[in-house]
Amino acid sequence: MNWHSWSDFLAMGGYALYVWGSYAVTLVVLIVEIVALVMRRRGVIERLAKFYAARRRNHETEA
Amino acid sequence: MIKSERFSWFHFSSPQTFYPLAGTLQPWFAAAATLLCAAGLYLSFFVAPTDAQQGEAYRIIFIHVPAAWMSMFLYLVMGFWSGVGLVLNTRLSSMVATALAPTGALFTFIALWTGALWGKPTWGTWWVWDARLTSELILLFLYIGFMALQAAIDDPRRADKAGAVLALVGVINVPIIYYSVQWWSTLHQGASVSMKSAPSMATTMLIGMLIMALGFWMYSIAAVLARVRCVILERERHTEWVMEEVGGQA
Repeated sequence: MNWHSWSDFLAMGGYALYVWGSYAVTLVVLIVEIVALVMRRRGVIERLAKFYAARRRNHETEA
Repeated sequence: MIKSERFSWFHFSSPQTFYPLAGTLQPWFAAAATLLCAAGLYLSFFVAPTDAQQGEAYRIIFIHVPAAWMSMFLYLVMGFWSGVGLVLNTRLSSMVATALAPTGALFTFIALWTGALWGKPTWGTWWVWDARLTSELILLFLYIGFMALQAAIDDPRRADKAGAVLALVGVINVPIIYYSVQWWSTLHQGASVSMKSAPSMATTMLIGMLIMALGFWMYSIAAVLARVRCVILERERHTEWVMEEVGGQA
């Protein structure tokens, strides 16, 4: 085991800024990508549903 | 060898057949990514020993090197599918290339960011214009250029072709990044892991790094499959099957 306590772990031997700065930003970037992908899928489906609904209405008025 | 006259890889080259396949596979890759990253993080922090020279600062390696590998590998994959799309005129190949770019750009950014945070305590500087760092920065611009170019062209088939040419020209940058530490005298160190010689690092460090790399690889596949499904829906919206697919969801 490398660490004697929580504070020892968090201190990262004096390199906390660099080590946690790397891991935190990586985690944030990946989470942002995942959220963006979920929102993109929702957005696409919503937009296409509207697009098809509008197209159906146009067909009905033409007929 | 299973001999089947009907089976063909071209079967999955149609967006309509690939869409549900991607949807089935995606959660498995996401689960594999989660498990591998969890195991990799455990090894990185609790099993791998403190480095004799760099102390705990070296622990950045467990995301820096896998992210840098993915940034180059995803570019090669993007170049490959761009090329296939350009030559064979297969729409799905180009859609996959389009879906790869953002994830590749993110890993390039992570490699640069973690590199800066590692450079400061070990070299005394966040950034130097040496060959390795500069060529990796150019890789980021290539990804961004690819996305911007495709976004600027309205006709998707023309956007595919223009993007493919840019992606293929940019492939030359990948060996430049990889061999930069040998070709030029750089502040960046050479490879600790190579195909030719035994790795110059402790086994537990190496295993932790390789598992993180596998985790990032699985994550990339999951993210790209999720994105290519969005791209397929957008670009195939005039087809009957997408209308049914969306109709069932809304």
